[in-house]
Amino acid sequence: MNNEILMASILEQTNNTAVCSVDQYDMLNVNIQANQLIDLVESLKNKQGFIYLTDICAAHYPERVGSEFEVIYHLHNLVENQRVRLKVGLSESEINVPTLTGLFAGANWMERETFDFYGVNFVGHPDLRRILNMDDMDYHPLRKQYALEDETRTDKNDTFFGR
Amino acid sequence: MSELTIKSTGQMISTETIDGDIATLNLGPTHPATHGIFQNILKVDGERILSAEPTIGYIHRAFEKLAERRPYNQITPITDRLNYCSSPINNIGWHMTVEKLAGIEVPKRVDYMRVIVMELARIADHLVCNSVIGVDTGALTGFTYMFQEREKIYELYEEICGARLTTNLGRIGGFERDFNDIFHAKLNAFLKEFPANFDEFDRLLTRNRIFMDRVIGAGPITAERAVEYSFSGPNLRAAGLDYDVRVMNPYSSYQDFDFSIPVGKDGDTYDRFVVRQEEIRQSLSIIRQALDKMPAGDFHANVPEFYLPPKEEVYRSMESLIYHFKIVMGETTIPAGEVYHSVEGANGELGYYLVSDGGRTPYRLHFRRPCFIYYQAYPEMIVDSVLSDAILTMSSMNVIAGELDA
Amino acid sequence: MVNIVESPEGVEGQGFFATSLDKVIGLARANSIWPLPFATSCCGIEFMATMGANYDLARFGSERLAFTPRQTDLLMVMGTISKKMAPVLKQVYDQMAEPKWVLSVGACACSGGIFDTYSVLQGIDKVIPVDVYVPGCPPRPEQIIEGLMKIQELAKNESLRRRDTDEYAKMLESYNIEQAK
Repeated sequence: MNNEILMASILEQTNNTAVCSVDQYDMLNVNIQANQLIDLVESLKNKQGFIYLTDICAAHYPERVGSEFEVIYHLHNLVENQRVRLKVGLSESEINVPTLTGLFAGANWMERETFDFYGVNFVGHPDLRRILNMDDMDYHPLRKQYALEDETRTDKNDTFFGR
Repeated sequence: MSELTIKSTGQMISTETIDGDIATLNLGPTHPATHGIFQNILKVDGERILSAEPTIGYIHRAFEKLAERRPYNQITPITDRLNYCSSPINNIGWHMTVEKLAGIEVPKRVDYMRVIVMELARIADHLVCNSVIGVDTGALTGFTYMFQEREKIYELYEEICGARLTTNLGRIGGFERDFNDIFHAKLNAFLKEFPANFDEFDRLLTRNRIFMDRVIGAGPITAERAVEYSFSGPNLRAAGLDYDVRVMNPYSSYQDFDFSIPVGKDGDTYDRFVVRQEEIRQSLSIIRQALDKMPAGDFHANVPEFYLPPKEEVYRSMESLIYHFKIVMGETTIPAGEVYHSVEGANGELGYYLVSDGGRTPYRLHFRRPCFIYYQAYPEMIVDSVLSDAILTMSSMNVIAGELDA
Repeated sequence: MVNIVESPEGVEGQGFFATSLDKVIGLARANSIWPLPFATSCCGIEFMATMGANYDLARFGSERLAFTPRQTDLLMVMGTISKKMAPVLKQVYDQMAEPKWVLSVGACACSGGIFDTYSVLQGIDKVIPVDVYVPGCPPRPEQIIEGLMKIQELAKNESLRRRDTDEYAKMLESYNIEQAK
């Protein structure tokens, strides 16, 4: 199964609303809406053999008004050795995406990590808590507006180097 | 036979009780048996585990945020600290990701050199894991033997890059220097002496009745569940699925080598141990093949905008000085785009998802850390087993805190 | 030839040896330090190498790794301590009995190292007092051993009354640690 066949079937599945493109590294990128995700992934898993969820992560694009956040899924068909990348754009006010924990047990912590870093709300996740940071942290640190550095460090307040 | 149910939180719990006297046990985060800082709140009935709730993040160091502030070549030291038992694989995986993004072709010799270093790292990593399984069953001897061998691998790293553990090995486009004569001499000595010492370790444990009774059946997982949980690496292969990135998506000329992928059957601690033992042997064979077939040529690609010029050139020629300055200050231009590249790390598919906007630093870099992904199956694997098996399961899964928490 | 530790200064004669009590106690303490390895990350692997046959920490009387804080003399902090981990570290230090020493191994434990990030504690001396710092990322086993020898030096020469002084109590107070009586 090559990318063209897969692309055709994804377009059929989503009534031509998905935006597909094959990048120069031979990876099929599929941009879809959040409400299409579950149906598409289910059919990819059960009909097209994408049984392996490689990864879930997110990215923050503050300048893209209306879809500031993007959740990125990598799926892998282990039999045909084909990968596909699904992207779901989300706006900052409506940062909800359905959970994949019903389809892949491994999605649990990947989604918790994404929630921890970006505050993406995975609707239906059984246990959506912070995973890496402390529970009482009050922001999502990988969003672009937050500083990387620790505010308490005192030995690096040199005006020319460092801060 | 007890029944396993899945609670609403997705957590596995066992419903069988012996006398209803249930205790809560806090295992970790600093516990001598956990080899790293993992916390598990266990509900135990006597010694039997009814449920486990892992807490992680105790050494979360914000690698991904840090990577968004650093030029590409300065990210290599961060990758060192992911799975610090096999840093060179992480380094080289990162270099290959950037090379893929920038479209850099490296000479065949670099590929072969990388294969040698990566397989050495794989051996070093598996040695830690397997000797620690021995320690957890009470067999400390193998550990002391194998750490002597690991020192030899460290010495080999030192010849290539000067460091022992966090290697920062290689450069984008190849290696900083060619393998020298001392390296070759030490590597040949290692290849000659190691198999005998390794066999001794193997004889101590692999067919040892006490060891076998102890580890067979401890912490099993089926292949179906392992795939559900996105397992990879030796843990997935021990469950019986032969997924190996080196074969599936060959990188760095792995297709040139003849090696086999050992698989297990039951996915228990013994299978994981034996699979790693066999992988060490396969890695040795790959190193030998790479040494035999080592092509002549340059030890780095001809990419002056990424690869630092030799120091004496920097002092003499204007172009080299400019390139040196640009690379050191992180002002090299890199194409915009996004790329996913994965290598077979010592404990699974180590992926790099890199988004570049053409700036001096990655716009977004996500590490697919195999540990993080398969450790979530841990509660399921230990429920209904005894506490001592839970410790064994953890050490045989080779959960590395640095990689787990990133 | 096994290198036995040198005897302290004293008066020696036929069948007797006289020296001051604190020297004897210092000698005993320095050569039977039980470390508590608080290994969190990369430096922990180097510590395993230090414990291994090639470097062998046991040569310094420290082969008895005790994982229970109550029975240890030396807290060896190796690796990054995140803010999530800091209370745990402090509690472990709290549980140790006096006299106790702290060896901070590696750049992360000493100062946060390269991880100047929101989640990492910028040096363990923000939460507990440290006696000896070992730099390096990670330090070589030789360096860790040298750090331990520095601790031995401190233990050997420490006045028996040091831990009863007001100065010591004030120092602990500045870390909000209640002194065990």
